[in-house]
Order: sequence, then structure tokens, then C-alpha cells
Amino acid sequence: MKTGRPIAQSRRMFSNRLMLVACLGATTIAVLVLSALLITIAIEGTGALTWSFMTSFASRKPEQAGILAPLMGSVWVCAICAIVAIPVGIGTAIYLEEYARRSRIKSLIQLNISNLSGVPSIVYGILALVAFVRFFGIRTADDAWTFGNAESIFYLQIPFGPSVIAGGLTLALVVLPIMIISSQEALRSVPQSLRQAALALGSTQWQVVWHVTLPAALPTIMTGAILSMSRAIGEAAPLLVIGGFLLVFQTPANLMSDFTVLPLQIYNWAGRPQSDFHKIAAAAIIVQLVVLLTFNTIAIIIRQKLQRPLQS
Amino acid sequence: MEQPTTTSTSHAHSGSSTIGASMTLRIDTAIEMQSLSAWYSKNQVLHAIDLDIAAKQVCAFIGPSGCGKSTLLRWLNRMNDTIPGARATGKIALHGVSLLDSALDVVDLRRRVGMVFQKPNPFPKSIFDNVAFGPRLHRIYSRTDLEELVEQSLRASALWDEVKDRLTSSALGLSGGQQQRLCIARAIAVGPELLLMDEPCSALDPRSTASIEELIRELRATYTIVIVTHNMQQASRVSDTTAFFYEGKLVETGPTDVLFTTPKERRTEDYVTGRFG
Repeated sequence: MKTGRPIAQSRRMFSNRLMLVACLGATTIAVLVLSALLITIAIEGTGALTWSFMTSFASRKPEQAGILAPLMGSVWVCAICAIVAIPVGIGTAIYLEEYARRSRIKSLIQLNISNLSGVPSIVYGILALVAFVRFFGIRTADDAWTFGNAESIFYLQIPFGPSVIAGGLTLALVVLPIMIISSQEALRSVPQSLRQAALALGSTQWQVVWHVTLPAALPTIMTGAILSMSRAIGEAAPLLVIGGFLLVFQTPANLMSDFTVLPLQIYNWAGRPQSDFHKIAAAAIIVQLVVLLTFNTIAIIIRQKLQRPLQS
Repeated sequence: MEQPTTTSTSHAHSGSSTIGASMTLRIDTAIEMQSLSAWYSKNQVLHAIDLDIAAKQVCAFIGPSGCGKSTLLRWLNRMNDTIPGARATGKIALHGVSLLDSALDVVDLRRRVGMVFQKPNPFPKSIFDNVAFGPRLHRIYSRTDLEELVEQSLRASALWDEVKDRLTSSALGLSGGQQQRLCIARAIAVGPELLLMDEPCSALDPRSTASIEELIRELRATYTIVIVTHNMQQASRVSDTTAFFYEGKLVETGPTDVLFTTPKERRTEDYVTGRFG
């Protein structure tokens, strides 16, 4: 048997040390950059963070400007996104995981969904512009179909135009592939033995899904939903394309209202030459980060608390 | 084609059959299998099985790994339907109802045939909800009726005294042996005629195994039981009749004591005495 040549102990120890230093260095750089960003924003923005800032509308004077309109706009748009994307995403995941048989078509669908999750979100904005805002040109804004009256929340016009509902549906498109994939992962993590037990008791396929698989997968699905929403809150590009960026002086009143969202307002203010606007942009960024952090923390808490073991 | 050797007649539909020299017993047949063959895609796993299983008795399927006994068990409640590529030819009848009929209501069949798996698999729900799960699928019950049913099932599986004060706590907090008894309670809550058990004690410690074997002996009075086991001593302790399988064929079947002491086939003797397997 060949025995080879010895490697010097000192050489091995040196390589070991070197890699440790390199990894530590990389971590330090990452932490420093992040800290620098956060500290800069904090310094710039904390001064402007007042209650009146949160409750007033935009204005030409930076001292009087507030984020009420974009804040409510974000709430509306994300609510619509959630109402559309979460059920559709979970339903698709249930079909793909529990019902569809392995076939070429299913593999194709699966591949396309994975691809879509990597598409830059501005592409969805362009798609939404044609499909939701202009409705493929079937009708023009002057000659629109109208549903309901302008006093109710559910006032709708087709084409949607640059409205809150168009914004919500755009974000739903962005978020749907992520929602589907994370729900599928959640369903896949339910052990097959539980499904077998339910089937052996005489369940139909739907009863297995509704009574056993879905409840077991629900904490993970909810975590995925919350993370999808935190992605949606930060989206600016697709909403810019569909026309969400207007100087808006009211909160949305119904589905057809004009709107703006927090990222767009930040973009607006940060782009102004006056430095006072930069300060309130920084304040708005702080609000955005706090919302994002809250969402992510809720997701983590849910995952910790509700994730009971599925098997002993 | 090899004919399986039967060391005593257990075929009678509703006539009498002689076991031993001086006893005459009336035996009803619960399951009849004729020329049953089964495949997973191209791979044939069962070859022309002819076997009758008597009602309200325990029948053990024994044999080395891969001989097809679990597959055969899973055809008895059509659980192989969940495996793509699984198919069978021949005839299986449960109390006269043909099981391989494509028009068969499989969901109803699985209500009539209960199954207990190798590794205990209680749902991540409360003990009460686990036992009530099966009945709630098929019928609507009032709260008191359901509580009574749950209590009956837990008493029948010798678990009631240990859990009666914590029915709402999670089933996953029980020990392995308790969980398996819970799974048995869950299976019998639906009121099946036939209980299938796929190596129910192989994941349990000896004390739990002993309590479950005792439970099986008690359940025999109400249910027909088919148990797949790797453990020959368990088969001899627990079953009335035994069927020995080898490489997908039924080699020999008969009353347990006869099969273990004076088997007819050489291969049976070799397996039973531990020369292989």
C-alpha cells in the first residue's frame, strides 16, 4: 500500500488560520456595510419622525409633508395583493402537490413557476400595464364599463386605469410564484405517513388535504405568506410603471382611487434637490424598515411558536 | 405452477371444518383470494396467491423481507392505489364483495377495513380528535354520542385508563406503545370488519409489544385480524392461522401450531427454524 509524502503540520495550521481570518473578514465587511447604511439613515431621519409626519399628506414644504397617503396606499395595495395571491397560491400548490399526477405537463408548469419567481418585477409592471390598466384596449378610459356606485368601496371600472386595484393585482402577480413555491414546500414537508393514516380510515382525497395535510402545513404556509407580503411592501418599479406615482393628497376611498406607496414616495423625495426633503425621505425609509422588520419578526415568531412536531 | 400446501382445511364457506382429531368448528370465511397476482410497474411481486382467511381469527403473514406480504396486505384495503404503477389481477373477495372491481367504492372499503402501520402515526391533534377523526368522516354524530364512541374505542384498545384525564392533550405526547394503541383505537372507532396490521410492534419496546399482543388476542373476538410480522415468535404467540410467503408465492398455510411444529414444506421448516430469513 502506498503511503504518500507527509504534509507539514505548520502548513496545515496556517491554511486553517487563513480561512478563519478570511471568513471573519467577510462577515465583518457585511456587518460594517449594513451598520453604515442603518446608522446614516437613522441620523438623517430620526429628527423628522413625528406624529404629524405620519398623519399628514405630502406638501411642497418639507416641514409640513407627511406620509399618510403613501402609508394608506401601501396598506390598500398590499391588502388587495394578499386577498388575491394567498388563496390562489395555496390552491395552486395544493393542486400540484396533492392532486396532479406526474406528467410532462406538470413538469412544464413546475418549471415555469420556478422561472417566474426569478423574473425582475418591473416585467410584471409592464404586463399589468397592458392587462389591468389598459385591459388590452378593449375599452378606453372615457368609455368604461362601470360597476357599483362611486360611494362604495367596491366601485369598479373596466379598464382599471392606474388605480389601487391595478396596483394590488400587479403585486399579486409578483408575489404569486413565491407563494406557490413556498406553499408547495410546506405541503411536501408533511410526512406521507399522516396521509396514509387518513386514507386508511376512509377519507376522500379532499378530506385528507383539508383535515390533515393543510392544518399540518399551515404554520409554514403562513410564514411564506408573510414573507411574500414583506416583499410586496418594498416593490416600487412595477407600481411606477402602472402609474402609481402621482402626487396624491388623499387616502384611497375605493378600488378605483389613485394611489402611491411608501417606496415611491421615498423615491420622489430623495430625488428632490432640497436637502430637507432628503431628511423626510430618510424618515420614511425608517418607517419602511420598521414595517419590514415587524413583518419578518412576526413570521419568525409564528414559525417558532406554532411549529409543533408533526411526528414524535 | 406450485400449489400451496394447506395443512388443514380452512376453506369452508359456512360449513364445518375439522381441526385436530375431535373438534368440529363452524368457520366463516372473511377473505377469499384466487389467483391473485400483483405488479409494481413491470416488476411482479405476487404470483397467483390462493388463500382463504377465516373470520374472527388472527391470521399471520410471515416470510423473509421482500416476499410480498406487506404488498398483499395493502391490496386488502386497496392502499396500493396510491402507488402509481401498482396493479393486480385475479380475485379478492371480502365477505363476498369483490375488491379488485374498478367500480368498487374504495372509500367505503377503507371504512370497513382498518389499518395499523409499522410506525405509529397519530395525527398532530388531540387524543380525542384522533379517535373521532374516522367516525366524523362518514357520519354526523351528536357530541355525547361521539364522546361515548371515543371512550368505547379507547377502552377496547386498553388505553382509556391512561388517557381519560387528558383527552384534549396532543397525541404526540404519548409514548410509542401508547401511540400505537391510539392508532388501533382510531382504526376500530370506525367499526371495521377487518383489521390489517403491518408489523405493528416492530418499532416498539418489549413491554409495549407484549401489551399490544394481548390486545390483539382480545380484539379477535370482534374483528378478523391479519397481521404481517417478521417475528416468528410473535406469530406463534398471537395468531390462529399462519401463511408463509416466499418470493411472492404462498408456500404453506395452516393452523399456527401445526405450521410451526410439523410443517409440510422443506422451505417452511427452514424458515421457521431460522435457517434463513
